[in-house]
Amino acid sequence: MGREQQQVSYTVEQLVSVNPYNPDIVSDLENYVNEQVSSQTYSLEANLCLLRLYQFEPGRMSIPIVVQILIKALMAMPASDFSLCLFLIPEQVQMEEQFKTLIVLSHYLETARFRQFWDEAAKSRSILEVVPGFEQAIQAYAIHVLSLTYQKVPRPVLAEAINIEGLSLDKFIEHHVANSGWALEKSHGRSQLIVLPRNEFNHPELKKHTADGVPFEHVTRVFPILS
Amino acid sequence: MSHPGRVHNPSRYVVPSLDEVLSFTGSAVAEAAQSLIPSASETLIDRSVARMASSYDYDDASLDSRYPRPPSAGQGSAGTDQGYDPNFVPDSVKTFVVHLYRHIREKNVYEIHQMYDGSFQRLSDRMFRECPWPSVEAIAPYVDNDHVFCLLYREMWFRHLYARLSPTGRQRVESWDNYCSLFSVVLHGVVNMQLPNQWLWDMVDEFVYQFQSYCQYRAKLKNKTEEELQLLRQYDQAWNVYGVLNYLQALVEKSAITDVLEREKEGLEQFTATDGYDYEGGTSNVLKMLGYYSMIGLLRVHCLLGDYHTGLKCLAPIDISQQGVYNVVIGSHISTIYHYGFANLMLRRYVEAIREFNKILLYILKYKQYHQKSPQYDQILKKNEQMYALLAICLSLCPQNNLVEENVNSQLRDKYNEKMTKMLRYDDEAYAVYDELFTYACPKFITPSAPVLEEPLTNYNQDAYRLQLKLFLYEVKQQQLLSGVRSFLKLYSTISIGKLAAYMEVDEPTLRTILMTYKHKMHAIDGDGKIIPNADVDFYISEDIVHVVESKPTKRYGDYFLRQILKFEEMIGELDRIKLD
Repeated sequence: MGREQQQVSYTVEQLVSVNPYNPDIVSDLENYVNEQVSSQTYSLEANLCLLRLYQFEPGRMSIPIVVQILIKALMAMPASDFSLCLFLIPEQVQMEEQFKTLIVLSHYLETARFRQFWDEAAKSRSILEVVPGFEQAIQAYAIHVLSLTYQKVPRPVLAEAINIEGLSLDKFIEHHVANSGWALEKSHGRSQLIVLPRNEFNHPELKKHTADGVPFEHVTRVFPILS
Repeated sequence: MSHPGRVHNPSRYVVPSLDEVLSFTGSAVAEAAQSLIPSASETLIDRSVARMASSYDYDDASLDSRYPRPPSAGQGSAGTDQGYDPNFVPDSVKTFVVHLYRHIREKNVYEIHQMYDGSFQRLSDRMFRECPWPSVEAIAPYVDNDHVFCLLYREMWFRHLYARLSPTGRQRVESWDNYCSLFSVVLHGVVNMQLPNQWLWDMVDEFVYQFQSYCQYRAKLKNKTEEELQLLRQYDQAWNVYGVLNYLQALVEKSAITDVLEREKEGLEQFTATDGYDYEGGTSNVLKMLGYYSMIGLLRVHCLLGDYHTGLKCLAPIDISQQGVYNVVIGSHISTIYHYGFANLMLRRYVEAIREFNKILLYILKYKQYHQKSPQYDQILKKNEQMYALLAICLSLCPQNNLVEENVNSQLRDKYNEKMTKMLRYDDEAYAVYDELFTYACPKFITPSAPVLEEPLTNYNQDAYRLQLKLFLYEVKQQQLLSGVRSFLKLYSTISIGKLAAYMEVDEPTLRTILMTYKHKMHAIDGDGKIIPNADVDFYISEDIVHVVESKPTKRYGDYFLRQILKFEEMIGELDRIKLD
């Protein structure tokens, strides 16, 4: 079954790159969305292609499919896939309840309001549990933003961002200490501090000064002169 | 086109079947195409329809600002009322078509360009300010009834109509049919001519423009006459979005232009060096160049649809960091960079947009004087202004040091200093300014789906634009608090979260969210998933202390020295060549 699935997605990706402006591939693309959801894969190109075709023939739009596409796009954060999809969905459609909820959720994530996000997500569990892997994807995004911002992040801030507390949080931190280069520190008086891995965004001294590099082809232009 | 000297026998020329394009667009297009070639008697019907049509309000003037409009334009086909006889061919036109036909057969690209760019404009100005050129049937006898020449002539005929007059619904549909025939002929590889790049670019540019114009036209249903609605019902395949996209895609694919560009990178092919022409072999450059320009056409159509990601993908084979054929014709250069920059703006890749806008605005500043006499001059100026507006938006959302060249920056400040200050305030007035500039500078977005031709008939041509504007302002709103943070961060090298929160009059948790939002918004993700920092002022937090990192503007010494070396070498060479008597 696994190999067959692989063959189908190969064909769909080909369709999208070779013959995307074709109303006959709508059902293939819709099936592909369902497949992305169930196999926890993702293809922005194919989903944009489908949204475009829906734009060309609004009568064929399937709201549940679009909802799934948007949830997948949310999971792709920090990439701006969610807005890319919204650009292609007509305004009236965006007024539907489910879309309004998803837009609010996206807003909270874009503005790093994790507590409000998780509260709202809890209320909208019925929409979101359709897509497996949602929670983990958002947690990964939260950690990404924290890694851009903090060298050392207080435990409560981390807890709020990834919506894990108590023993589960201990386990979570343990796992990342073992596998992702995290470290623990005691802060003066208060709670734990989690030391995030060093990167060029939270450790500016690591930033490579690539801007001053000169591409090799440009230098070759002066070789005749120098010789 | 036949070989020079041999008279082309029209009766043996078989109209190529559209089977290749049929697989994309369906047979309805072919049917429509076959049935729409007007006969001489039909043009008489056209004129009466045109007279009735001229009464509705048609603000094509706002759409086609490319050419200066004579005062009587906007009243529909006013020219047709003033005794326009499509069958009368003035001597100057006779000479024009005969010479143009000969030059095309002889593949004299230079002369073709002179006639296309020069004589055609001059004759239009002198004799066809307010009426169309003679009909193609009238001039056909002078050019051996050559099928392809007639298609080319009709393309110019319609382009002139769109520029100086207002096309009727029927004329729009006929123009679509003409493009279908013309592109089909090219796609079947049966053309044997070399045409100037300017002309080939204009074809693609006009094709996309007329598509955009048609979408606007058919989305305004409120004041349409029954005649016009009937036309829309009958010719529902004209300018359908599948057809437009598939023709452009077919041109890209059939020309194998992406392969050509790949091979060129490996030194296996000459393309850019000869501007796409084949000076030695004389093989036709038409399919290749139409394929090349169609990539830019696809970028443009996708921007009109709001699909910026795919638009940029369509442009990807063209490397805009290098000189290329795309900047040989100034119209194509500007269109490429304008849409590229706009797409990047909507994708939040502000630094990339600023960089490209800066380069092209500098280019226009330096070279626009050489295009003053050209018919594209007004369009160049318009796009120039629009790109300054977009640059102002980008710099307000993502302030940068030293990315904008001095002269461009002073122009920018002249035009938008006050507005940019307002935009940085992020109050209600700021949103009004963002709204105003976006509306001024954005492409004319379209609703691609077919109209519903039943009551109630509304005008929905603004829907697409309103959606893009709304989403753009939404993004602006999300960045509302960031400019406040930026100004505070510029004042300190370190500051505690508590103190900063107090200064900004928010509580600590809120401040933490604001700081994280800043980080998220200032780090865009590019097409390869890489993180690109955009901020001029950056920071990191260690527990409770914010450490500010100001990025120093990097002086590009390497580049500078290289440029100077090459420049001086050139000067020395020139000096050496001077012989003193």
